[in-house]
Amino acid sequence: MTDPVLPPIGMLAELTHRCPLQCAYCSNPVELLKANREMDTAAWIALFEQAADLGVLQVHLSGGEPTLRTDLNELVASLARRGVYTNLITAGIGIAEGRIEALADAGLDHIQLSFQGAVAATTEKIGHARGAHEKKLETARRVRAAGLPLTINAPIHRHNMEEVPDFIELALSLGAERLEIANVQYAGWALLNRKALMPEREAVERQVQIVGEAQERLRGIMAIDFVTPDYFAVYPKPCMGGWARDAFMVAPDGTVLPCHAAATIKSLHFERFGDWNLSRIWHESSAFNAFRGTDWMREPCRSCDRQEIDWGGCRCQAMAIAGDAAATDPACIKSPLHERMAALIGEAIETATSDAFVYRRIGKEVETSV
Amino acid sequence: MTETIRSRAIVSMQSQPMLRPHVRLQYDGVREAWALLSPEKVFWPNEVSLDILRLCDGRLTVAQLVTFLADQYAADQEEIAPDVSAFLQEWSDKFLVTL
Repeated sequence: MTDPVLPPIGMLAELTHRCPLQCAYCSNPVELLKANREMDTAAWIALFEQAADLGVLQVHLSGGEPTLRTDLNELVASLARRGVYTNLITAGIGIAEGRIEALADAGLDHIQLSFQGAVAATTEKIGHARGAHEKKLETARRVRAAGLPLTINAPIHRHNMEEVPDFIELALSLGAERLEIANVQYAGWALLNRKALMPEREAVERQVQIVGEAQERLRGIMAIDFVTPDYFAVYPKPCMGGWARDAFMVAPDGTVLPCHAAATIKSLHFERFGDWNLSRIWHESSAFNAFRGTDWMREPCRSCDRQEIDWGGCRCQAMAIAGDAAATDPACIKSPLHERMAALIGEAIETATSDAFVYRRIGKEVETSV
Repeated sequence: MTETIRSRAIVSMQSQPMLRPHVRLQYDGVREAWALLSPEKVFWPNEVSLDILRLCDGRLTVAQLVTFLADQYAADQEEIAPDVSAFLQEWSDKFLVTL
């Protein structure tokens, strides 16, 4: 490491793995933690205090479903006291009357609400939860009534890609300030379900055009953040803005990781908050230092003029496809394995059976080989 | 589904820009810099941006803001007005200020 380690800006706190939905592309690890493994209120608050001391300015409270934590108000209040910006990432199901208002009073700054489909049938099918869509609509209404800014998050894959125009209309009608059209990233559960989720190239191309036009048409009306599909990309995403560069995440049991899929890199060892303090983890954890900066890079990254744009792409995708976490992300056209991405698209399309989802469940035995 | 009619706000000299309720300008003691916190994004405004943002109180018009800044920077109002307007339009489009 030649460059000094800068303080982190953002933290994703996965407060729990419990969730009323069973989305087949969940970003949680395939080995989900049960409630008895979750950190208690005092431990989360201690972690948040250390995060604020370290320089964290934004905390994304996620899960699983974070509103299943009965201490959520207390957690939000502890962050608000320190001036940390709080973003609640919720599925918006089963939130008791008055809860959102109470969270706003506790100092919550923003809510990101997921929609699995733009219509009820899709939302129910993808999340495997009856009545989910109506509950989400009601949550959106309450968020706006509470005066909180709203982002709608739409994870996109083969089964809802044609609904992208409807997602845009839905988000507009709900008074959202921002819509995330987020093409599913193939890690964890989504990797397990890749064949069932992979879209066709023509559909992706239509989607890119629709989103581009909407971004232009809705300038100053609603922002549309577009998370492009890696397998169809020319260059990789700078995953997490670079490994351990300005953000990190914490699992329900306090394990601190550079990104939510990092545990798929079995050669890395991760520390738990409580065993080490947060500052020490950020600066000294071998997992955080493994791919920090550019010194770890090999060719073609090492001599690439995009190395501080892409930061080598996604380490977990390199692991999943190249079998080597230090390889260039195969999403990059310069990767010797780039053609493998196209082959995997073709393979998925040919062998897909539309409803063959492995739905997300806690404690379920699943095949994790790719 | 019916699309809710919403329209883009366009800056004028009569606009009274104000930081949106859930956007805040905050001094970060760790980095010794001012941060603009907004939903899912953190901005690091430079000194000129900071001077403009601090005047976005919902009462001052853009015209008054330009007069004030011209005075502060010893510059011509005509010279800085387009820049100030452009900044405000950009921040409005990014949902950081209302006009």
